[in-house]
Amino acid sequence: MAETIQDTTTTPAEDKPRRPFRWSMIALWAAVITILAVLAWGLINTNASRPEVGQSAPTFDVEFFDGYEWDTRPVANLEDMRGHPVVLNFWASWCVECRYETDVLEQAWLKYREDGVVFLGVAYADVEPNSIAYMKDFGVTFPHAPDLGTDISQDYEITGVPETFFIDKDGVIRHVQIGAVDQEMLDTLIPQMLAD
Amino acid sequence: MAGKKLFRLIILILLLGLLPVAAYAQDGNITDDEVNAVAKDVYCPVCESTPLDVCPTQACADWRELIRTKLAEGQSRDEILEYFARQYGDGVLSNPPRRGASLIVLWLLPVLGVLLGLLLFSRLLRGLRKAAPEAAAPAPRPKSPTGDPALDDYIARVEKEIDE
Repeated sequence: MAETIQDTTTTPAEDKPRRPFRWSMIALWAAVITILAVLAWGLINTNASRPEVGQSAPTFDVEFFDGYEWDTRPVANLEDMRGHPVVLNFWASWCVECRYETDVLEQAWLKYREDGVVFLGVAYADVEPNSIAYMKDFGVTFPHAPDLGTDISQDYEITGVPETFFIDKDGVIRHVQIGAVDQEMLDTLIPQMLAD
Repeated sequence: MAGKKLFRLIILILLLGLLPVAAYAQDGNITDDEVNAVAKDVYCPVCESTPLDVCPTQACADWRELIRTKLAEGQSRDEILEYFARQYGDGVLSNPPRRGASLIVLWLLPVLGVLLGLLLFSRLLRGLRKAAPEAAAPAPRPKSPTGDPALDDYIARVEKEIDE
């Protein structure tokens, strides 16, 4: 009886003939993997959080407005400013709230520039002649640059303007100010960054 | 005769005086409709997903004036859109140029998705076609299910009795 049953039973390998090698299957899986990879990449980028206090400040290149260069350089990178505290201010000529802080920033620049503090204004989504007219109107002298391609504001995930990042000598973000800065804030944070 | 000469001179002076006015009028002749024809393909940098032509913010008013200036300078619509993409990023255009990440995400990925869907659909159809004849044909009855005719006969009788 047992022998009879064994005789009539076949193994799964014998039941199913081996499938021929198919390029279409490879293409199918390659397409699935590619789509999943791109979707994952998009998801990661979408959920990329804004740089927080205690994290390294994203580095960037800037091409300064004529007459508003830093250290006589027409272009610079944040890495070039390593060793100096940096006050990175996002603003725009169409921004009403920015008008309340521009003079405060200029006065702080004049006060702390000799201590090696770098003030860098980044004009966000602004029309260049309007930016220059604004800086002239307010008598601004500290370095300024346009946010070309909005690359810098995207890296810093700004929520609007004005917004200011205080970056220490080691390139670490020490404070993020959403909205206008004031004199008291600058006189508290900048000496702290200089002391470290 | 002298009066005629004087008249011609006055006309000439008046015509010459009109030249700068004509040039100015040419610059200022860009209508809002012409500006908005370009502005509708640009998004506001401040408001989410709002075209420039309908956005009331000052930032958009500034950008519309920039478009007007560039049209007055003789720049084409494509040149202006290219300027905006270079200056403010591809994200401000409603129809981003086919390059970099936008080329992959907005153009290649959907095409790849459609091809993948077609491939899967064709495989599904092929599988259904194969399965249909197999299901329709009656399963061949084994000559001897157990290999022992006596046992087969016994099982057949038991099944018949159960059926009855």
